Amino acid sequence: MPDLAKGKLAVEIRALTKRFGDFVAVNKVTLSVPQGEIFGFLGPNGAGKSTTIRILCGLLDPTEGEASVAGFDVRTQSEDIKRHIGYMSQKFSLYDDLTVGENIDFFSGIYGVAKARRAERKEYVLRMAGLTEKVDQMTRLLAGGWKQRLALGCAILHEPPVLFLDEPTSGVDPIARRSFWELIYQLSAAGQTIFVSTHYMDEAEYCHRLALMYQGRVVALGTPEELKHSLDSHHLFEVEPADLLGAMDTLTGVKGLSEVAVFGSGLHVTATSDIDGETVIRSALSRAGLDANGLRRIHPSMEDVFVGVIEEEDRLRKEREGAVSK
Amino acid sequence: MIQAIQLTRRFDKLTAVDHVNFEVQKGEIVGLVGPDGAGKTTTMRMLAGMMDPTEGEILIAGRKSKDDPDWVKDQIGYMAQRFGLYQDLTVDENMIFYSDLFGIQGHERDRLMLEYLQMTRMEPFRKRPAGKLSGGMKQKLALMCTLLHRPQILFLDEPTNGVDPVSRRDFWAILYRLVKDGLTVLVSTAYLDEAERCNRVGLMSQGRLIAMDTPRAVKQMLPERCYEVRARDQRGTREALSRVAGVLSAEASGGVLHVFAEPSISPESLIAPFEGATIQPISPSLEDVFIAMMRREERHNAHA
Repeated sequence: MPDLAKGKLAVEIRALTKRFGDFVAVNKVTLSVPQGEIFGFLGPNGAGKSTTIRILCGLLDPTEGEASVAGFDVRTQSEDIKRHIGYMSQKFSLYDDLTVGENIDFFSGIYGVAKARRAERKEYVLRMAGLTEKVDQMTRLLAGGWKQRLALGCAILHEPPVLFLDEPTSGVDPIARRSFWELIYQLSAAGQTIFVSTHYMDEAEYCHRLALMYQGRVVALGTPEELKHSLDSHHLFEVEPADLLGAMDTLTGVKGLSEVAVFGSGLHVTATSDIDGETVIRSALSRAGLDANGLRRIHPSMEDVFVGVIEEEDRLRKEREGAVSK
Repeated sequence: MIQAIQLTRRFDKLTAVDHVNFEVQKGEIVGLVGPDGAGKTTTMRMLAGMMDPTEGEILIAGRKSKDDPDWVKDQIGYMAQRFGLYQDLTVDENMIFYSDLFGIQGHERDRLMLEYLQMTRMEPFRKRPAGKLSGGMKQKLALMCTLLHRPQILFLDEPTNGVDPVSRRDFWAILYRLVKDGLTVLVSTAYLDEAERCNRVGLMSQGRLIAMDTPRAVKQMLPERCYEVRARDQRGTREALSRVAGVLSAEASGGVLHVFAEPSISPESLIAPFEGATIQPISPSLEDVFIAMMRREERHNAHA
């Protein structure tokens, strides 16, 4: 393996920008990912995640800024990059009418795995993905979770030090997702760097560090724990009134309460931290003749963080636009 | 509003749905979760009147589906995983197309369209082709089209697959607004965090409904205790723990293991064979419980 020195950066991005005409898809993004890290990339559709990943894979030139992957410059050494990365996209490109083994042989050829090493790599990938017994099965007959592990296996045949996964588990059921993530952890433990985008918030929690992208910019960056503690502009409460929907109506639109949503048999209410959320919720419900059973403050989930950061960005942007128009 | 009684569907030798019984009350949102192939979509399709059951009965708003199929169809809306939007037609044109299909016209149509466009905040996009909408907006358009004939019951088959968290929240806020106006919803999902938003949730495995209750009650359903285990060789530890008597399940959760074990087993004895491993009790997530229940079913079937 073209090993990187310990502690070296696998991905380094400085002020990276990509414009398509007037549209700024990626806006001055700066971040770095050390070797062996599982780095999660979150953000709504159209936030610039896939564009960033494509630039890092050497598939797209940046408009401004710099980026290097495994020590190679994305502008001038994109051929080297392609030999040192694995890339698996949402729609993995396996051949449905080939067997599992034939797919592996085919991708070994594409990635230029040395002939002498092919048998050994094939064996490794089959074992890692748990596909040894399915080697002669037609790919199209595999269930979604197996296909996805085969796709991951094919993407690492050439032992790339850096792996890019673009929503690899979209539409895969929870059990298959868990075993997929166990593979990712194994690869990371073996020193591979994994750069992964996802919409699943439980998966975001599995990452060592996360970046949240919105409108082309990185708006939050840190470990899952750090991000959860950073959401101090809002406090989250849970309450279980008997009349759930009546209480939802009552609390919606109350000043200082930014969001009211049903969760199971209760409501989650988000309050800005400049008010005493508990008192505001209790008195609003009591004025409407409703109970505030089980009212308590709870810890935000990763999804709360995601939505909270984006709402804050929208609010700041509106303020800026308001200031400009005055 | 919805009653499934001994609902069963066989495809040749495969029993896709196996004697499923449940009820959904008016104004409830009930979720069905389960892995691919568990029978969620087949159950939905039978309830929505798109497929006949091999055995069992369906009551919709108190009437037997097979006695009054046309009346029943008027009461329900079904939104499939890949809903048939015309990509080159605009938002307005798609809605007009579905209104025509449902025979809704004139003033009534215009009023409904405006109401839904405002509710979903899609009014600014009326002239945009469906193919140019984001994933979340496409889902909202599909929902509006499904609602145009004013169904009382809505069936949603994995409506938010691949949709980002902000759009998913928006979608759920709309669902609860509709429920407030009297709609009843049955939704299937692969997102366990999303299942927590349902009033009640049913777990399906191999065609059978293995549990149905509020998310909180489901989380407390297992007698086993849940632990988080950290070990150096995670895969090896997981495989070894899975074979220990009294351990219901040991599953990877990112870089740690979540283990369900009988209360009689001491946590220290569990990790004793693994040097450097640590263990602590945790409260399981809905997903943890769900996977553990599936494992129990698998064992049960293996012994049967």
